[in-house]
Amino acid sequence: MNRFALPVGVFMLLAVVLAIGIKHSPEKGLIKSPLLGKPAPQFSLPNLTDPARVVSSADLKGRWYLFNVWGTWCGECRAEHEMLLEVRRAAVVPLVGMDWKDDDAQALSWLAQLGNPYDAVAVDRSGRTAIDWGVYAAPETFLVNPQGIVVFKQVGALTPEVWMRDILPRLPRVAGKT
Amino acid sequence: MDRRILQSPHKPPAAALLGLLAAGALALLAPQHAAWGVDPTQMPTPELQARYSGLTHELRCMQCQNEAIADSPVDLAADLRREVRDMLLAGKSDDDVRDFMTARYGDFILFRPRFAPRTAWLWLAPGVLLLIGAFVSWRIVRARIALVPGDNQPLEEDPGR
Repeated sequence: MNRFALPVGVFMLLAVVLAIGIKHSPEKGLIKSPLLGKPAPQFSLPNLTDPARVVSSADLKGRWYLFNVWGTWCGECRAEHEMLLEVRRAAVVPLVGMDWKDDDAQALSWLAQLGNPYDAVAVDRSGRTAIDWGVYAAPETFLVNPQGIVVFKQVGALTPEVWMRDILPRLPRVAGKT
Repeated sequence: MDRRILQSPHKPPAAALLGLLAAGALALLAPQHAAWGVDPTQMPTPELQARYSGLTHELRCMQCQNEAIADSPVDLAADLRREVRDMLLAGKSDDDVRDFMTARYGDFILFRPRFAPRTAWLWLAPGVLLLIGAFVSWRIVRARIALVPGDNQPLEEDPGR
């Protein structure tokens, strides 16, 4: 009886450790952003629809906004687009887009065809700003609070579930806002 | 195919040896060739080139996740290599580059996690397991020794005697 106690105990311990590891492993290879709880990166980029103007983080200070990274080369972004239009219709939070390593003409025709859900679209041709945001796979959506702190990040399409579960509850009451 | 197999034993030994040497040399060169294929970046000095190569091999391509940015043809990997290059050219240290990357992408971007409170057990666990193993085997060996009567003579029923 005693001879089995040690191996069985070690096995149980290992099983528990591994179970915890599996339980806590990032789902589908998603990586927790080190940006959460930290200030959103500063940026100042050309405006897609009005190249003479810039979209900058300074202009966004003091209010909630969603920061959505997309590109016309990104299939998931097309799947997500309908939801973005929905967010626009809800008019609860401004939606700032960032067109990541894309062709301006293609991006413009994408918005003309599918509808433009964005209050402003920044253009990141070099990919430099995307690196500052720790973006590694479009689409990615960040929720930034009025203090400029990133409070939530979604990697992959923004779905109605994510909206209801992770984004809407974090926003102040619509009534209080309007 | 067949012809090559039939011919090879008839090759003179010197040629076979030369062939083997050539194959060995090629094998040594192969990883570098692969890197050049993806990344043509040339740093101005060999010292910078070595640091650049070291860093790009220890940073993970976040899109592919099991490849270093040095070996990945993905767009983002190229962008990250450009960051590494620019930072080194600007005189930043290797740790500056690592800090820059982990601040944006987390520890996950480092193939070799740093020693920190969060990763301590990851680094210490192998040593701890080794000590446990050593302790257990020491206990077993001691127990076995105790089983044998003190004199340790060869077994008497040995058939050779």
